[in-house]
Amino acid sequence: MPTKPETPAPTGPVTSTDAVVEAHDLEVHFALQGSALARLLGRRGRTVKAIDGVNVALRRGEVLGLVGESGSGKTTLGRAILGLVPATAGSITYHGRDRGDVVVSELGSRDLRALRTSMQMVFQDPGAALNPGMTIEEAIGHPLVIHRKLKGAELRTRVCDALERVGLSPVERYLGKYPADLSGGQKQRAVIARAIILEPEVLIADEPVSMLDMSVRAKILQLMLDLKDQLDLSYVYITHDLASAKYICDRIAIMYLGRIVEIGPSDEIFANPRHPYTKALLKAIPEPDPDRMLPRDLPRGEIPDAAVPPLGCSFHPRCPVAVQECGWESRDLRTLLEEHWTRNPGATYDAERDMVGDLGKLDKPELSAHLGVTDSQGTLALLNRIRAENPDEPFWRGVAGIEDDGNGVRLEFHQPHDPALRPAGGVEVACVLYPDERENEKT
Amino acid sequence: MKSDDVVISARDLRVWYGTAGLPVRAVDGVSFEIRSGEILGLVGESGCGKSTLGRGLLGLLPDGAARDGELFFRERDMLRLKRREQHALRGRELGLIFQEPLTRLNPLMRISEHFSETLKTHHRGIGKDEIESRSLEALRVMGIPPTRFRAYPHEFSGGMRQRLMIALTLVLRPAFVVADEPTTALDVLVEAQIIRMLHDLRDTYETSLLLITHNLGIIAEACDRVAVMYAGRIVEIGDAHTVFRAPQHPYTRELLRSTISLSTTGLNYIEGAPPDLSDPPPGCRFHPRCPDAMQVCERRAPVPRVQPSGSRTECWAADHANGLVTLTEDERIPLAKEVIALADEA
Ligand SMILES: Nc1ncnc2c1ncn2[C@@H]1O[C@H](COP(=O)(O)OP(=O)(O)OP(=O)(O)O)[C@@H](O)[C@H]1O
Ligand SMILES: Nc1ncnc2c1ncn2[C@@H]1O[C@H](COP(=O)(O)OP(=O)(O)OP(=O)(O)O)[C@@H](O)[C@H]1O
Ligand code: SF4
Ligand SMILES: [Mg+2]
Ligand SMILES: [Mg+2]
Repeated sequence: MPTKPETPAPTGPVTSTDAVVEAHDLEVHFALQGSALARLLGRRGRTVKAIDGVNVALRRGEVLGLVGESGSGKTTLGRAILGLVPATAGSITYHGRDRGDVVVSELGSRDLRALRTSMQMVFQDPGAALNPGMTIEEAIGHPLVIHRKLKGAELRTRVCDALERVGLSPVERYLGKYPADLSGGQKQRAVIARAIILEPEVLIADEPVSMLDMSVRAKILQLMLDLKDQLDLSYVYITHDLASAKYICDRIAIMYLGRIVEIGPSDEIFANPRHPYTKALLKAIPEPDPDRMLPRDLPRGEIPDAAVPPLGCSFHPRCPVAVQECGWESRDLRTLLEEHWTRNPGATYDAERDMVGDLGKLDKPELSAHLGVTDSQGTLALLNRIRAENPDEPFWRGVAGIEDDGNGVRLEFHQPHDPALRPAGGVEVACVLYPDERENEKT
Repeated sequence: MKSDDVVISARDLRVWYGTAGLPVRAVDGVSFEIRSGEILGLVGESGCGKSTLGRGLLGLLPDGAARDGELFFRERDMLRLKRREQHALRGRELGLIFQEPLTRLNPLMRISEHFSETLKTHHRGIGKDEIESRSLEALRVMGIPPTRFRAYPHEFSGGMRQRLMIALTLVLRPAFVVADEPTTALDVLVEAQIIRMLHDLRDTYETSLLLITHNLGIIAEACDRVAVMYAGRIVEIGDAHTVFRAPQHPYTRELLRSTISLSTTGLNYIEGAPPDLSDPPPGCRFHPRCPDAMQVCERRAPVPRVQPSGSRTECWAADHANGLVTLTEDERIPLAKEVIALADEA
């Protein structure tokens, strides 16, 4: 059963004056066809909520970071901003320097193509972004041929200019080369040259350095910063690498399962992370400092399946400080049992497995879960043992009641609460641990 | 835990790939030891020969590649073993963990079947109960619950599959494992979980590990010692703490400086790119990119010397600074740098 999301109050009037492009209540849902196997298992008609209610503005001249783990929706948000993937709800508005406001999410394909002259994307894999059959000159000049119908000397001048800007000089050395002749860093420079040749206002860079060698990453990031100043660009910088985001972003949005869970000025996010997910990410970065060790209390598990997200706050199953209303449910009970069996020697599992019955029953999100077959006392004792092993486990905060129902035990969970982004000391954060300042104003 | 028995010992080990033109000398005379229960990190830019060295140690090279020098696994002379003997060692005593776990997991086989097949191949006549108990133990160490034993690979997430692969390697209790960028494709939190597990492995299995990575943070986190590889040579090797605190080789120092970390306040990078290994530069291979290079660096190759810090380094500047060599005034003249074009990079 789905949790009713809090309706996010408008986060102040989005001042369209300093926003170049903004997303408003954006949703991008993908309907999954599913494999034959998935259909057999009755998983027909699932939707993945790749973007599930995002409000964000890219301000003129800034670098906005979208940071989060795989599957959190970073690329989808970037593509939606460019109109490369349709919004299923909400809107994207581009406030053009010289073309006025354009609602990207309502454009037809022809107008979308015209929008490419204003907003461009740089992809992670420079190898895949360049056509192996085109020379560098052809590849970089291509947008000018398509959008501006340039040719001959004028085209070449512009291409040479772009090559020089990205450091691929002397240009004669590169014009006739094919992508295969270039190193990873050089290819990414070529991709960037192609992206800036139409003099866009916005560049969306999707993991532009993550496939490059450590020793080149800094060079390409420096190039991006230089170009931003020279060409008055605004960037969306997509990455899962917090260290590079810290260095180049003015503001950072931390994403988790299709939502922004924390957003604010870079300095504040790093100096004073608020969301438990942000805190966890920061602690988990292996630093080249031999005196610093990874903490033992890393969040367990991985980012969950976006087609059946956790109830309440999506991060709650991994959150070390979750409280009663965070969305505890049947699937968390399964995780609890499995972790107990992983901690203990194999014999424990053999002795206890029959006390819980079919674990598959727990896989559907419910606020009420049944465990056991006949021996209620045994099942209860098992739960007590698990609790005694780790009394601070946040799971127990979500349990409203445990009841012996004659042929096992039934656990009831507290009502879940799905926290919307709310202001918290200079940043915005989606976590119940931060009281909604706006609600206080209302009362 | 770490003991004094040497598990792997390489002397002047070379690995090259025969190509149409000159052979590619991907590993060109390296010497080092790995002790029981020790984790040795191997870092260096792309194309410096890390994977070639890792696979060379296990005898897992493609056709057309060749090795020479000396390589001992415990008392066994690995370069003299017959193909069949080598094959028998792999898996049971020597293991490999690499980046893409899916290529090694059969989608049609349950996890239990993967374990059973692996164990039966290397231990003929092993009983059903022992297969199950050893498999479940390996899964447990890697944080995978016993309830998943009969699941199929596609039912696992990316991080779980990588842990499965590691468990499949460990179930044979190998004495030595090469892990080639085992977490590169994974998310930060999952990577951190796996690094923790690798770090704790020796408590359970006494396995020695060669951990290959681009990420210096991972080395600092998980390794006892670190070897820095450049253009087919180990240019610095030593205690991880010491090497990070006081890098002796200019390459190590520049690699550390160019790493973007949370404490980065300015962007640094190493000019140029590693050389073509079919025709590396004369003298010190790093000299065309080295900020400290002197005349001697271009003329003569530096030899490995143990520096006062305890690290072993191949560098004239380090030798000179630490008073290990006497160079003539001529030899000490800074090398005029050929201008490296901005985009001559990896
Ligand atoms: N075209 C598509 N069809 C169906 N599902 C999709 C599609 N594109 C993305 N998704 C799903 O949407 C979710 C978000 O994906 P997205 O690629 O935006 O994440 P990401 O944060 O960029 O991840 P990564 O770090 O791996 O690049 C994922 O669950 C993904 O599987
Ligand atoms: N099968 C092969 N045939 C020919 N040359 C090869 C082969 N495999 C690797 N090489 C070459 O050997 C050199 C070292 O490659 P290797 O893969 O060992 O480097 P690496 O340090 O692992 O790099 P990376 O960090 O990119 O994985 C490179 O110049 C590479 O092109
Ligand atoms: S030997 Fe010379 S060129 Fe090589 S690393 Fe040392 S100082 Fe630099
Ligand atoms: Mg992505
Ligand atoms: Mg490699």
